[in-house]
Parts: sequence; structure tokens; C-alpha cells
Amino acid sequence: MPEESAKRLAIISTHGTLDMAYPPFILSTAAVAMDMEAAIFFTFYGLEILKKGKIDRLKVSPVANPAMPMKIPNIIAMLPGMTPLATSMMNSWMRKAKVPKLSELLATAQEMGVRLIGCQMTMDVMGIKKEDLIDGIEIGGAATFLEFASQNAVTLSF
Amino acid sequence: MSDLKADLTLDNSGLSCPMPIIKTKKAMDGMKVGEILKMVATDPGSVSDIQAWVKKTGQELLGQETEGEKFVFYIRKVK
Repeated sequence: MPEESAKRLAIISTHGTLDMAYPPFILSTAAVAMDMEAAIFFTFYGLEILKKGKIDRLKVSPVANPAMPMKIPNIIAMLPGMTPLATSMMNSWMRKAKVPKLSELLATAQEMGVRLIGCQMTMDVMGIKKEDLIDGIEIGGAATFLEFASQNAVTLSF
Repeated sequence: MSDLKADLTLDNSGLSCPMPIIKTKKAMDGMKVGEILKMVATDPGSVSDIQAWVKKTGQELLGQETEGEKFVFYIRKVK
């Protein structure tokens, strides 16, 4: 292994949507499998992912999302029922490709020792209590994340 | 390649990224230095991913072959 090779992966997760929740878990578990350390800092809407019973119920919106294979004009995409439709389509593509469910990736991440850090400030702003979140996570602030990210890390944001 | 004698075979057929490398890592953790893992996958991304994985982890890819839809990797645990 080259000496300059990064030893850590530090991810910031700010979106509580189905599509944006996957990359942090896929990349962090892969990083640990590659002998790296990994941490995900969940802030703003990203905290939604850590709420009890929520992870497999995240949604994806077709509004302002021109990359979705389902091509729908925004004026129709905004109608009631379109977000659940887009969500169930995405879930079925994932199942067909045998991609693990988010809850399975979360369990794998926890088992492998990925640090999951909930943002204290967001919890205060949004009135989220520690008991609203799943067990086995840390609560911390910007400094907690930055201390980890400041040492030989790859840093990504989703 | 089939003259290589594997100490353990791990079948990751049907699994998509990142599971093949996660299961490979877990299997290797339970093996002794010098032992050979035969890993089978159907995810085409695993061809590139296993090469990257051995480069990063310092394990040795002895060889790989394709059997129909399956990709077969022989990896020696060197540390």
C-alpha cells in the first residue's frame, strides 16, 4: 500500500431521500472492507435516515429530477401520488438488481464499525430527541466530524 | 487457473456492489496467511473492484477467469 494512500472516508449526509441515502452506506461499508475507517455525519435532512423505523420508508421525488428514467413534466410530477409512485419504482429497480435494502446496509455498516454521527445542532433545530434515533449512533457536532476528517481522509458529501 | 487449490470457496453470485468485496473481506479475515480464497461473483463490477481491493488491502490476486456468467477470482492472503 502506498504511504500516501488515504486511511479514512468521511461522508456528510444532508438529504433524507431514498436516492441520496444509498451512496453513503455503499461507500462507507466498501471503505471498511478496504481496511479504511469510515464515518458518516448526518446533518439537516440527513438525520431522517437515522430515525427509528424510517430508513426503509424514505422517498424519492420526481419533481425537479430530470435524470429519473420515468420522464414526467414537473407540473404532473407535483400531483399527489407521484412521489409514492416514483419511490415504489425505484425500490423495485433496486430489488431487481439485488441491491440490499437500506436497513440491511445500515446493519452491515454498524456491524463493520462505520461511525454514524447524528448532528446535535440539527436535532435541536428540528426538535429531534436521542430516543427518536436508532441505537448505536454517536451524537456530535462539526468538530467531531472534522477531527475525524482532518487525518488522511477522503471527504464526500451527499 | 483451476490447478490452484483453494482453501475456501465463497459464492457471491447474485449479489451486487458493495456486497462481493464486503463478503470477501470478511472471509479473508477468518483465513490464515498463505491460504487461498476462491471467490465467485456475477456482478461485472467485481472484476474492477477486486483488483482495486487487492491493491488497497495488499492481498494478492493470483488470477481470475470467467465461467459462463460467473467471474472467478483466486486471492492469496499475504497479511
